[in-house]
Amino acid sequence: MSESTPTTDPSITLYRLQACPFCERVVRKLHEYDLDYRSRFVEAMHTERDVVKRISGKRTVPAIVDENTGVTMSESANIVDYLDNTYGAEA
Amino acid sequence: MDLDFDVVDLDESNHPDEGSQAPDFVRPLVNDEYWEDVALSELTAGGPVLLVFYTMDGDFPATYIWNELRDRAWDDDYDVTIVGLSISSPYEHKTFIDEREMSYRLFSDPQNGVAEEYGIVNDLDGMAGISEPRLAVFLIDEERAIQYAWVAQEWPEFPDYDEIEDELAEL
Repeated sequence: MSESTPTTDPSITLYRLQACPFCERVVRKLHEYDLDYRSRFVEAMHTERDVVKRISGKRTVPAIVDENTGVTMSESANIVDYLDNTYGAEA
Repeated sequence: MDLDFDVVDLDESNHPDEGSQAPDFVRPLVNDEYWEDVALSELTAGGPVLLVFYTMDGDFPATYIWNELRDRAWDDDYDVTIVGLSISSPYEHKTFIDEREMSYRLFSDPQNGVAEEYGIVNDLDGMAGISEPRLAVFLIDEERAIQYAWVAQEWPEFPDYDEIEDELAEL
């Protein structure tokens, strides 16, 4: 259940920026639900974020791709809600 | 090169040779857009891998070797994935990939643990606390068996690119 288990090919991919509080908020939630995920780090300059734009339509991070559900999503508040609703106690 | 002085000899290396298994490792692998943790064994699962250890992203050694590899574009003609590894950070790797205008991905290993695993550590004179891999090339097959190994014995010494190409042709 950490970033260092890439050989298991986790179904959740998190696009993140180092030390971005919004990204860390999502990371906390992933840990809370013990979810396996792969981290992809991008850089702060928005023009450097074409990969995020391609997957989510926006250049903002965090963004996640969840192959379990086929969901791709941006904005940390949305992602946290999504994780709560999908993997939380009430899910 | 004809010099009227001796080039620095490196100590004898203790690297895994042809036929032995290449040590597996996980490090951030950097492409032109992002980086993520990747295992060497994930890459070899998809086919042979040319693993190139090189000096930190910077001036002439790193530039020479990657310009040559970029221009030879072996992956166009042979079934091989070409990746590099140096002690430079992911940010430096991204800049380097941009500057060299190359499509190869680079592992980042600032603590030089992979070079230790491979027995090819080079402690740098005049840069306290920094060690890096010596220049080295390993051709590794799908079973992670080493098909070809070359490790620099002098500082600097560059690989024999034609010899590597012959090895690729024999895969």
